[in-house]
Amino acid sequence: MAMRDECAKSLLKKPSTLVYPFEKYESIPGSRGKIVINTLESSDNKCIGCGLCIRVCPAFALEMIGKGPTCDMKWYAGRCVFCGECVDICPRSAITQETTYDLADSNQDGLIYDYKRKRNPEGNVKE
Amino acid sequence: MSDSTFTIPIGPQHPALKEPEHITVTIDGEYVVDVKVRLGYVHRGGEKAFEARTYTQGLYLVERICGICAMAHQLCYANNVEGLLGITPPRRADFIRTIIAELERVHSHLLWVGIAGHEIGWDTLFMYTWRDRELVLDLMELATGNRVTHATNAIGGVRRDLTPDMINQILKGMRHLEERVKYYAKAVPAERTVMKRAVGVGILKPQEAVDLCAVGPTLRASGIKRDIRKDDPYSAYDETPFDIITNDGCDVAARVLVRVGELFESLKILDYCIEHLPSGPIRVRVPINVPPAENVSIVEAPRGEDIHYGKSNGTDKPERYKVRAPTLANWASVPTMLKGGYVADLPITLAAIDPCMSCTDRIAIIDIGKRKKWVGSTDQLRRHIKKCHGK
Repeated sequence: MAMRDECAKSLLKKPSTLVYPFEKYESIPGSRGKIVINTLESSDNKCIGCGLCIRVCPAFALEMIGKGPTCDMKWYAGRCVFCGECVDICPRSAITQETTYDLADSNQDGLIYDYKRKRNPEGNVKE
Repeated sequence: MSDSTFTIPIGPQHPALKEPEHITVTIDGEYVVDVKVRLGYVHRGGEKAFEARTYTQGLYLVERICGICAMAHQLCYANNVEGLLGITPPRRADFIRTIIAELERVHSHLLWVGIAGHEIGWDTLFMYTWRDRELVLDLMELATGNRVTHATNAIGGVRRDLTPDMINQILKGMRHLEERVKYYAKAVPAERTVMKRAVGVGILKPQEAVDLCAVGPTLRASGIKRDIRKDDPYSAYDETPFDIITNDGCDVAARVLVRVGELFESLKILDYCIEHLPSGPIRVRVPINVPPAENVSIVEAPRGEDIHYGKSNGTDKPERYKVRAPTLANWASVPTMLKGGYVADLPITLAAIDPCMSCTDRIAIIDIGKRKKWVGSTDQLRRHIKKCHGK
Protein backbone atom coordinates (compact mmCIF):
# COMPACT_ATOMS: atom_id res chain seq x y z
CA MET A 1 0.00 0.00 0.00
CA ALA A 2 2.99 2.27 0.45
CA MET A 3 3.31 2.87 -3.28
CA ARG A 4 -0.41 3.40 -3.91
CA ASP A 5 -0.12 7.05 -4.98
CA GLU A 6 2.84 6.31 -7.23
CA CYS A 7 0.98 3.47 -8.96
CA ALA A 8 -2.10 5.66 -9.45
CA LYS A 9 0.05 8.33 -11.10
CA SER A 10 1.57 5.76 -13.43
CA LEU A 11 -1.88 4.89 -14.79
CA LEU A 12 -1.87 8.18 -16.65
CA LYS A 13 1.65 7.77 -18.05
CA LYS A 14 2.68 5.87 -21.14
CA PRO A 15 4.50 2.54 -20.62
CA SER A 16 8.20 2.66 -19.77
CA THR A 17 8.97 -0.21 -22.12
CA LEU A 18 9.15 -0.19 -25.90
CA VAL A 19 7.35 -2.59 -28.22
CA TYR A 20 10.50 -3.93 -29.87
CA PRO A 21 10.98 -4.48 -32.87
CA PHE A 22 8.19 -2.05 -33.87
CA GLU A 23 9.60 0.69 -31.66
CA LYS A 24 13.35 0.97 -31.36
CA TYR A 25 15.58 2.36 -28.67
CA GLU A 26 17.46 5.36 -29.98
CA SER A 27 21.20 4.83 -29.72
CA ILE A 28 23.11 7.20 -27.47
CA PRO A 29 25.92 8.96 -29.39
CA GLY A 30 29.23 7.26 -28.72
CA SER A 31 27.72 3.89 -27.81
CA ARG A 32 29.66 0.94 -29.15
CA GLY A 33 27.98 -1.00 -31.95
CA LYS A 34 28.74 -2.36 -35.38
CA ILE A 35 32.38 -2.41 -36.53
CA VAL A 36 33.04 -1.04 -40.03
CA ILE A 37 36.41 -1.52 -41.71
CA ASN A 38 37.36 0.83 -44.52
CA THR A 39 38.97 -1.17 -47.31
CA LEU A 40 38.30 1.39 -50.06
CA GLU A 41 41.37 1.64 -52.31
CA SER A 42 40.92 5.32 -53.10
CA SER A 43 40.56 6.42 -49.46
CA ASP A 44 43.33 7.91 -47.34
CA ASN A 45 42.08 6.03 -44.32
CA LYS A 46 42.09 2.63 -45.91
CA CYS A 47 43.17 -0.55 -44.15
CA ILE A 48 46.87 -1.32 -44.76
CA GLY A 49 46.68 -4.86 -43.47
CA CYS A 50 49.05 -4.37 -40.53
CA GLY A 51 47.11 -6.91 -38.43
CA LEU A 52 47.31 -4.93 -35.18
CA CYS A 53 43.53 -5.16 -34.70
CA ILE A 54 43.69 -8.93 -34.94
CA ARG A 55 46.48 -9.10 -32.36
CA VAL A 56 44.66 -6.89 -29.89
CA CYS A 57 41.13 -8.34 -30.25
CA PRO A 58 40.18 -10.11 -27.00
CA ALA A 59 37.40 -12.12 -28.65
CA PHE A 60 39.15 -13.24 -31.85
CA ALA A 61 36.39 -11.54 -33.85
CA LEU A 62 38.50 -10.25 -36.76
CA GLU A 63 40.11 -12.22 -39.53
CA MET A 64 42.45 -11.21 -42.32
CA ILE A 65 42.05 -12.97 -45.67
CA GLY A 66 45.27 -12.58 -47.63
CA LYS A 67 48.29 -10.51 -46.63
CA GLY A 68 49.33 -6.88 -46.45
CA PRO A 69 47.64 -3.95 -48.19
CA THR A 70 45.59 -6.20 -50.48
CA CYS A 71 43.94 -8.24 -47.76
CA ASP A 72 40.22 -8.61 -47.20
CA MET A 73 38.80 -8.33 -43.71
CA LYS A 74 36.13 -10.37 -41.98
CA TRP A 75 34.28 -9.33 -38.84
CA TYR A 76 32.43 -11.94 -36.80
CA ALA A 77 29.64 -10.02 -35.06
CA GLY A 78 28.69 -13.13 -33.06
CA ARG A 79 32.10 -13.25 -31.37
CA CYS A 80 32.64 -9.50 -30.95
CA VAL A 81 32.44 -8.08 -27.41
CA PHE A 82 32.19 -4.48 -28.70
CA CYS A 83 35.11 -3.21 -26.63
CA GLY A 84 36.45 -1.02 -29.43
CA GLU A 85 40.14 -1.92 -28.90
CA CYS A 86 40.54 -2.39 -32.67
CA VAL A 87 39.17 1.11 -33.26
CA ASP A 88 41.63 2.57 -30.73
CA ILE A 89 44.68 0.75 -32.08
CA CYS A 90 44.16 1.21 -35.85
CA PRO A 91 47.08 3.42 -37.04
CA ARG A 92 45.16 4.60 -40.13
CA SER A 93 41.75 5.09 -38.46
CA ALA A 94 40.36 2.60 -40.97
CA ILE A 95 38.15 0.94 -38.37
CA THR A 96 35.15 2.85 -37.12
CA GLN A 97 32.35 1.88 -34.80
CA GLU A 98 28.73 2.76 -35.50
CA THR A 99 25.99 2.93 -32.90
CA THR A 100 23.93 0.21 -34.62
CA TYR A 101 23.15 -2.37 -31.94
CA ASP A 102 20.50 -4.72 -33.38
CA LEU A 103 22.80 -7.06 -35.28
CA ALA A 104 21.07 -10.33 -34.40
CA ASP A 105 20.35 -12.69 -37.25
CA SER A 106 18.48 -15.96 -37.54
CA ASN A 107 21.39 -17.57 -39.29
CA GLN A 108 25.10 -17.87 -38.49
CA ASP A 109 26.26 -16.50 -41.84
CA GLY A 110 24.31 -13.31 -41.24
CA LEU A 111 26.68 -12.55 -38.36
CA ILE A 112 29.79 -12.59 -40.55
CA TYR A 113 30.55 -9.30 -42.26
CA ASP A 114 32.91 -9.36 -45.24
CA TYR A 115 34.84 -6.18 -45.94
CA LYS A 116 36.29 -6.85 -49.38
CA ARG A 117 38.78 -4.73 -51.30
CA LYS A 118 37.18 -2.95 -54.22
CA ARG A 119 38.55 -0.28 -56.45
CA ASN A 120 35.11 1.07 -57.08
CA PRO A 121 34.48 4.02 -54.73
CA GLU A 122 30.77 3.21 -54.52
CA GLY A 123 29.71 0.24 -52.54
CA ASN A 124 33.24 -0.48 -51.38
CA VAL A 125 32.01 -2.11 -48.22
CA LYS A 126 30.07 -5.16 -49.19
CA GLU A 127 28.34 -6.93 -46.36
CA MET B 1 18.97 -36.31 12.44
CA SER B 2 15.77 -37.46 14.15
CA ASP B 3 12.83 -39.09 12.39
CA SER B 4 10.87 -35.85 12.26
CA THR B 5 13.39 -34.18 9.95
CA PHE B 6 13.19 -34.22 6.19
CA THR B 7 15.84 -33.36 3.62
CA ILE B 8 14.96 -31.35 0.52
CA PRO B 9 17.44 -30.83 -2.30
CA ILE B 10 17.01 -27.43 -3.97
CA GLY B 11 18.67 -26.79 -7.29
CA PRO B 12 20.81 -26.63 -9.32
CA GLN B 13 17.76 -25.90 -11.48
CA HIS B 14 14.94 -24.45 -9.43
CA PRO B 15 12.32 -21.77 -10.05
CA ALA B 16 13.35 -19.85 -6.90
CA LEU B 17 16.98 -19.63 -7.96
CA LYS B 18 18.23 -17.19 -10.57
CA GLU B 19 21.46 -19.03 -11.15
CA PRO B 20 22.47 -22.66 -10.65
CA GLU B 21 23.52 -23.66 -7.15
CA HIS B 22 22.64 -26.66 -5.02
CA ILE B 23 21.36 -26.33 -1.48
CA THR B 24 20.43 -29.31 0.69
CA VAL B 25 17.99 -28.13 3.33
CA THR B 26 17.04 -30.31 6.30
CA ILE B 27 13.72 -29.26 7.76
CA ASP B 28 11.75 -30.10 10.85
CA GLY B 29 8.18 -29.09 10.13
CA GLU B 30 8.39 -25.47 9.00
CA TYR B 31 11.83 -24.87 10.49
CA VAL B 32 15.18 -25.15 8.78
CA VAL B 33 17.48 -27.37 10.83
CA ASP B 34 20.53 -27.70 8.61
CA VAL B 35 21.76 -26.27 5.32
CA LYS B 36 24.51 -27.49 3.04
CA VAL B 37 25.60 -25.41 0.05
CA ARG B 38 27.32 -26.91 -2.96
CA LEU B 39 28.76 -24.62 -5.60
CA GLY B 40 30.54 -25.14 -8.89
CA TYR B 41 27.81 -25.30 -11.53
CA VAL B 42 28.93 -22.24 -13.49
CA HIS B 43 32.63 -22.86 -13.59
CA ARG B 44 33.97 -21.35 -16.81
CA GLY B 45 37.72 -21.75 -16.50
CA GLY B 46 38.33 -18.00 -16.46
CA GLU B 47 41.54 -18.09 -14.45
CA LYS B 48 43.21 -20.47 -16.88
CA ALA B 49 41.98 -18.35 -19.79
CA PHE B 50 43.88 -15.34 -18.38
CA GLU B 51 47.14 -17.21 -18.89
CA ALA B 52 46.44 -17.46 -22.62
CA ARG B 53 45.60 -13.76 -23.06
CA THR B 54 47.68 -10.61 -23.03
CA TYR B 55 47.14 -8.09 -20.24
CA THR B 56 45.02 -5.88 -22.51
CA GLN B 57 42.87 -8.79 -23.66
CA GLY B 58 42.47 -9.81 -20.01
CA LEU B 59 40.72 -6.50 -19.33
CA TYR B 60 37.72 -7.70 -21.33
CA LEU B 61 37.74 -11.19 -19.93
CA VAL B 62 37.80 -9.96 -16.34
CA GLU B 63 34.70 -7.82 -16.73
CA ARG B 64 32.80 -10.87 -17.93
CA ILE B 65 33.29 -12.61 -14.59
CA CYS B 66 30.19 -10.73 -13.45
CA GLY B 67 27.93 -8.54 -15.55
CA ILE B 68 26.84 -6.39 -12.62
CA CYS B 69 30.24 -5.91 -10.95
CA ALA B 70 31.96 -5.51 -14.33
CA MET B 71 33.55 -2.18 -13.41
CA ALA B 72 34.66 -3.41 -9.97
CA HIS B 73 36.40 -6.45 -11.44
CA GLN B 74 37.99 -4.46 -14.24
CA LEU B 75 39.14 -1.73 -11.87
CA CYS B 76 40.67 -4.34 -9.59
CA TYR B 77 42.44 -5.93 -12.57
CA ALA B 78 43.71 -2.57 -13.84
CA ASN B 79 44.95 -1.68 -10.33
CA ASN B 80 46.66 -5.05 -10.12
CA VAL B 81 48.48 -4.78 -13.45
CA GLU B 82 49.41 -1.14 -12.75
CA GLY B 83 50.87 -2.37 -9.45
CA LEU B 84 52.86 -5.06 -11.28
CA LEU B 85 54.19 -2.41 -13.66
CA GLY B 86 54.79 0.08 -10.85
CA ILE B 87 52.92 2.94 -12.50
CA THR B 88 50.25 5.32 -11.24
CA PRO B 89 47.37 6.40 -13.49
CA PRO B 90 46.70 10.14 -13.95
CA ARG B 91 44.50 11.77 -11.31
CA ARG B 92 41.71 12.54 -13.78
CA ALA B 93 41.55 8.84 -14.68
CA ASP B 94 41.21 8.02 -10.95
CA PHE B 95 38.23 10.33 -10.68
CA ILE B 96 36.56 8.98 -13.82
CA ARG B 97 37.04 5.44 -12.50
CA THR B 98 35.43 6.44 -9.22
CA ILE B 99 32.48 8.03 -11.03
CA ILE B 100 31.84 4.91 -13.12
CA ALA B 101 32.34 2.61 -10.11
CA GLU B 102 29.80 4.59 -8.07
CA LEU B 103 27.30 4.66 -10.95
CA GLU B 104 27.69 0.89 -11.00
CA ARG B 105 27.04 0.68 -7.27
CA VAL B 106 23.85 2.72 -7.71
CA HIS B 107 22.69 0.39 -10.51
CA SER B 108 23.61 -2.75 -8.57
CA HIS B 109 21.86 -1.66 -5.36
CA LEU B 110 18.72 -0.52 -7.24
CA LEU B 111 18.69 -3.90 -8.96
CA TRP B 112 19.04 -5.65 -5.62
CA VAL B 113 16.22 -3.66 -3.96
CA GLY B 114 14.02 -4.76 -6.87
CA ILE B 115 15.08 -8.41 -6.52
CA ALA B 116 14.43 -8.31 -2.77
CA GLY B 117 10.94 -6.93 -3.46
CA HIS B 118 10.36 -9.68 -6.02
CA GLU B 119 11.46 -12.43 -3.61
CA ILE B 120 8.94 -11.40 -0.98
CA GLY B 121 6.17 -10.97 -3.53
CA TRP B 122 6.21 -7.18 -3.95
CA ASP B 123 6.65 -7.02 -7.70
CA THR B 124 5.55 -3.38 -7.89
CA LEU B 125 8.80 -2.37 -6.19
CA PHE B 126 10.73 -4.61 -8.57
CA MET B 127 9.19 -2.91 -11.63
CA TYR B 128 9.73 0.63 -10.32
CA THR B 129 13.33 0.21 -9.19
CA TRP B 130 14.25 -1.51 -12.43
CA ARG B 131 12.69 1.33 -14.38
CA ASP B 132 14.89 3.80 -12.50
CA ARG B 133 17.90 1.55 -12.98
CA GLU B 134 17.48 2.04 -16.74
CA LEU B 135 18.41 5.68 -16.24
CA VAL B 136 21.73 4.66 -14.65
CA LEU B 137 22.38 2.25 -17.51
CA ASP B 138 21.73 5.04 -20.01
CA LEU B 139 24.20 7.26 -18.15
CA MET B 140 26.72 4.44 -18.24
CA GLU B 141 26.22 4.04 -21.98
CA LEU B 142 26.71 7.76 -22.41
CA ALA B 143 29.90 7.83 -20.35
CA THR B 144 31.51 4.58 -21.47
CA GLY B 145 29.78 3.37 -24.64
CA ASN B 146 28.26 0.19 -23.25
CA ARG B 147 25.35 -0.44 -20.93
CA VAL B 148 26.72 -3.37 -18.96
CA THR B 149 30.26 -4.43 -19.79
CA HIS B 150 31.63 -0.92 -19.89
CA ALA B 151 35.16 -1.53 -21.22
CA THR B 152 36.14 1.80 -19.71
CA ASN B 153 39.45 0.96 -18.00
CA ALA B 154 42.77 0.65 -19.71
CA ILE B 155 46.03 -0.33 -18.09
CA GLY B 156 47.38 3.09 -17.11
CA GLY B 157 44.13 5.07 -17.09
CA VAL B 158 40.73 5.16 -18.73
CA ARG B 159 39.78 4.93 -22.38
CA ARG B 160 37.18 7.68 -22.61
CA ASP B 161 37.14 11.15 -21.20
CA LEU B 162 34.06 12.77 -19.68
CA THR B 163 32.95 15.80 -21.68
CA PRO B 164 31.11 18.75 -20.03
CA ASP B 165 27.94 17.64 -21.82
CA MET B 166 28.19 14.14 -20.34
CA ILE B 167 28.82 15.60 -16.88
CA ASN B 168 25.70 17.77 -17.19
CA GLN B 169 23.61 14.79 -18.17
CA ILE B 170 25.02 12.69 -15.33
CA LEU B 171 24.24 15.48 -12.85
CA LYS B 172 20.70 15.82 -14.22
CA GLY B 173 20.17 12.07 -14.01
CA MET B 174 21.52 12.02 -10.46
CA ARG B 175 19.08 14.69 -9.26
CA HIS B 176 16.23 12.57 -10.59
CA LEU B 177 17.68 9.43 -9.00
CA GLU B 178 18.12 11.18 -5.67
CA GLU B 179 14.41 11.96 -5.57
CA ARG B 180 13.55 8.39 -6.48
CA VAL B 181 15.91 6.93 -3.86
CA LYS B 182 14.42 9.27 -1.23
CA TYR B 183 10.99 7.98 -2.21
CA TYR B 184 12.08 4.33 -1.87
CA ALA B 185 13.80 5.05 1.43
CA LYS B 186 10.43 6.32 2.67
CA ALA B 187 8.16 3.80 0.95
CA VAL B 188 10.00 0.55 1.77
CA PRO B 189 10.10 0.85 5.60
CA ALA B 190 6.51 2.19 5.55
CA GLU B 191 5.23 -1.02 3.98
CA ARG B 192 4.12 -3.27 6.83
CA THR B 193 4.26 -6.50 4.82
CA VAL B 194 7.91 -5.95 3.88
CA MET B 195 8.94 -5.37 7.46
CA LYS B 196 7.02 -8.48 8.56
CA ARG B 197 8.97 -10.54 6.07
CA ALA B 198 12.35 -8.91 6.74
CA VAL B 199 12.69 -8.00 10.43
CA GLY B 200 14.25 -10.81 12.46
CA VAL B 201 14.80 -12.98 9.38
CA GLY B 202 18.23 -14.33 8.45
CA ILE B 203 20.00 -13.24 11.61
CA LEU B 204 23.79 -13.00 11.39
CA LYS B 205 25.29 -11.80 14.67
CA PRO B 206 28.30 -9.42 14.49
CA GLN B 207 30.77 -11.97 15.90
CA GLU B 208 29.49 -14.66 13.49
CA ALA B 209 29.79 -12.27 10.56
CA VAL B 210 33.45 -11.60 11.42
CA ASP B 211 34.20 -15.27 12.08
CA LEU B 212 32.62 -16.37 8.81
CA CYS B 213 34.43 -13.63 6.85
CA ALA B 214 31.27 -11.96 5.53
CA VAL B 215 31.96 -8.93 3.33
CA GLY B 216 30.27 -5.82 2.00
CA PRO B 217 26.70 -4.85 2.88
CA THR B 218 26.13 -8.27 4.53
CA LEU B 219 28.90 -7.51 7.04
CA ARG B 220 27.91 -3.86 7.48
CA ALA B 221 24.30 -4.90 8.18
CA SER B 222 25.68 -6.80 11.20
CA GLY B 223 27.04 -3.56 12.59
CA ILE B 224 30.70 -3.99 11.57
CA LYS B 225 32.19 -0.82 10.12
CA ARG B 226 34.36 -2.18 7.36
CA ASP B 227 34.70 -0.82 3.84
CA ILE B 228 37.72 -1.10 1.54
CA ARG B 229 37.01 2.37 0.16
CA LYS B 230 37.84 3.78 3.61
CA ASP B 231 40.22 1.12 5.00
CA ASP B 232 42.50 0.80 1.97
CA PRO B 233 41.53 3.60 -0.44
CA TYR B 234 42.15 3.20 -4.16
CA SER B 235 41.38 5.54 -7.10
CA ALA B 236 39.89 8.82 -5.80
CA TYR B 237 38.37 7.43 -2.58
CA ASP B 238 41.32 8.72 -0.53
CA GLU B 239 40.07 12.29 -0.75
CA THR B 240 36.35 11.69 -1.22
CA PRO B 241 34.28 12.28 1.92
CA PHE B 242 31.59 9.68 2.64
CA ASP B 243 30.24 7.66 5.55
CA ILE B 244 30.25 3.91 6.00
CA ILE B 245 26.62 2.87 6.41
CA THR B 246 26.08 0.26 9.10
CA ASN B 247 23.04 -1.14 10.83
CA ASP B 248 22.76 -3.12 14.03
CA GLY B 249 19.70 -5.06 12.92
CA CYS B 250 21.72 -8.09 11.71
CA ASP B 251 18.70 -9.24 9.65
CA VAL B 252 17.34 -8.91 6.10
CA ALA B 253 15.71 -5.55 6.92
CA ALA B 254 19.12 -4.23 8.02
CA ARG B 255 20.63 -5.37 4.70
CA VAL B 256 17.91 -3.48 2.82
CA LEU B 257 18.49 -0.34 4.88
CA VAL B 258 22.28 -0.52 4.48
CA ARG B 259 21.95 -0.75 0.71
CA VAL B 260 19.45 2.11 0.53
CA GLY B 261 21.78 4.17 2.72
CA GLU B 262 24.70 3.34 0.44
CA LEU B 263 22.70 4.63 -2.52
CA PHE B 264 22.68 8.08 -0.91
CA GLU B 265 26.41 7.84 -0.13
CA SER B 266 27.14 6.86 -3.74
CA LEU B 267 25.24 9.89 -4.99
CA LYS B 268 27.25 12.02 -2.54
CA ILE B 269 30.53 10.57 -3.86
CA LEU B 270 29.40 11.18 -7.45
CA ASP B 271 28.60 14.80 -6.61
CA TYR B 272 32.04 15.31 -5.04
CA CYS B 273 33.94 13.62 -7.88
CA ILE B 274 32.14 15.59 -10.57
CA GLU B 275 32.68 18.84 -8.74
CA HIS B 276 36.39 18.19 -8.11
CA LEU B 277 37.19 16.47 -11.41
CA PRO B 278 40.79 17.56 -12.15
CA SER B 279 41.96 18.39 -15.64
CA GLY B 280 44.84 16.64 -17.35
CA PRO B 281 45.55 13.46 -19.27
CA ILE B 282 43.40 10.38 -18.79
CA ARG B 283 45.91 7.73 -19.74
CA VAL B 284 49.62 6.99 -19.62
CA ARG B 285 51.41 4.72 -22.03
CA VAL B 286 52.52 1.42 -20.56
CA PRO B 287 54.98 -1.23 -21.78
CA ILE B 288 53.50 -4.42 -23.25
CA ASN B 289 55.74 -6.76 -21.24
CA VAL B 290 55.28 -6.77 -17.49
CA PRO B 291 58.39 -7.42 -15.31
CA PRO B 292 58.24 -10.44 -12.96
CA ALA B 293 56.31 -9.49 -9.83
CA GLU B 294 53.36 -10.44 -7.66
CA ASN B 295 50.53 -8.18 -6.60
CA VAL B 296 47.25 -8.30 -4.71
CA SER B 297 44.61 -5.64 -5.30
CA ILE B 298 41.37 -5.14 -3.41
CA VAL B 299 38.31 -3.20 -4.54
CA GLU B 300 34.98 -2.65 -2.81
CA ALA B 301 32.53 -4.08 -5.35
CA PRO B 302 28.80 -3.41 -4.78
CA ARG B 303 28.59 -6.82 -3.08
CA GLY B 304 31.75 -6.56 -0.97
CA GLU B 305 35.49 -7.01 -1.16
CA ASP B 306 36.79 -8.21 -4.47
CA ILE B 307 40.33 -9.57 -4.24
CA HIS B 308 42.57 -10.19 -7.25
CA TYR B 309 46.02 -11.76 -7.20
CA GLY B 310 48.30 -11.47 -10.22
CA LYS B 311 51.72 -12.92 -10.95
CA SER B 312 53.72 -11.79 -13.96
CA ASN B 313 56.75 -13.45 -15.52
CA GLY B 314 58.24 -10.79 -17.77
CA THR B 315 56.10 -11.60 -20.82
CA ASP B 316 52.91 -9.94 -22.08
CA LYS B 317 50.74 -12.62 -20.45
CA PRO B 318 50.18 -13.29 -16.73
CA GLU B 319 51.60 -16.46 -15.23
CA ARG B 320 48.77 -16.76 -12.73
CA TYR B 321 45.65 -14.73 -12.08
CA LYS B 322 43.35 -15.47 -9.18
CA VAL B 323 40.00 -13.85 -8.40
CA ARG B 324 38.13 -14.00 -5.09
CA ALA B 325 34.71 -12.53 -5.78
CA PRO B 326 32.62 -11.16 -2.87
CA THR B 327 29.80 -13.71 -3.15
CA LEU B 328 32.17 -16.57 -2.36
CA ALA B 329 33.06 -14.89 0.93
CA ASN B 330 29.39 -14.42 1.79
CA TRP B 331 28.34 -18.00 1.08
CA ALA B 332 29.93 -19.25 4.32
CA SER B 333 27.49 -17.20 6.38
CA VAL B 334 24.36 -18.36 4.51
CA PRO B 335 23.80 -21.64 6.49
CA THR B 336 24.07 -19.64 9.75
CA MET B 337 21.47 -17.15 8.50
CA LEU B 338 19.05 -19.88 7.43
CA LYS B 339 19.26 -22.21 10.44
CA GLY B 340 16.33 -21.84 12.79
CA GLY B 341 14.31 -19.83 10.29
CA TYR B 342 11.21 -20.70 8.31
CA VAL B 343 11.36 -22.51 4.97
CA ALA B 344 9.33 -19.67 3.43
CA ASP B 345 12.10 -17.20 4.31
CA LEU B 346 14.68 -19.14 2.31
CA PRO B 347 14.47 -17.14 -0.97
CA ILE B 348 14.73 -13.70 0.64
CA THR B 349 17.54 -14.77 3.00
CA LEU B 350 19.49 -16.16 0.06
CA ALA B 351 18.81 -13.05 -2.00
CA ALA B 352 19.90 -10.83 0.91
CA ILE B 353 23.59 -11.56 0.31
CA ASP B 354 23.04 -10.51 -3.34
CA PRO B 355 24.49 -13.78 -4.62
CA CYS B 356 26.21 -14.03 -7.97
CA MET B 357 27.03 -17.60 -8.91
CA SER B 358 29.05 -16.72 -11.98
CA CYS B 359 31.36 -14.68 -9.76
CA THR B 360 31.74 -17.51 -7.32
CA ASP B 361 32.71 -20.60 -9.21
CA ARG B 362 36.44 -20.73 -9.71
CA ILE B 363 37.77 -24.21 -9.01
CA ALA B 364 36.99 -27.52 -10.66
CA ILE B 365 39.67 -30.18 -10.94
CA ILE B 366 39.86 -31.89 -14.30
CA ASP B 367 41.97 -35.01 -14.51
CA ILE B 368 42.77 -35.30 -18.22
CA GLY B 369 44.33 -38.77 -17.88
CA LYS B 370 41.30 -40.27 -16.16
CA ARG B 371 38.83 -37.98 -18.02
CA LYS B 372 37.29 -37.12 -14.65
CA LYS B 373 36.07 -33.80 -13.25
CA TRP B 374 35.37 -33.07 -9.61
CA VAL B 375 34.73 -30.14 -7.32
CA GLY B 376 36.17 -30.58 -3.85
CA SER B 377 36.31 -29.10 -0.37
CA THR B 378 39.42 -27.25 0.85
CA ASP B 379 40.64 -30.37 2.67
CA GLN B 380 40.15 -32.55 -0.38
CA LEU B 381 42.00 -30.02 -2.52
CA ARG B 382 44.83 -29.86 0.00
CA ARG B 383 45.14 -33.63 0.00
CA HIS B 384 45.03 -33.65 -3.81
CA ILE B 385 47.77 -31.02 -4.07
CA LYS B 386 49.96 -32.95 -1.58
CA LYS B 387 49.44 -36.12 -3.62
CA CYS B 388 50.36 -34.30 -6.85
CA HIS B 389 53.56 -32.98 -5.29
CA GLY B 390 54.39 -36.41 -3.85
CA LYS B 391 54.37 -35.26 -0.21
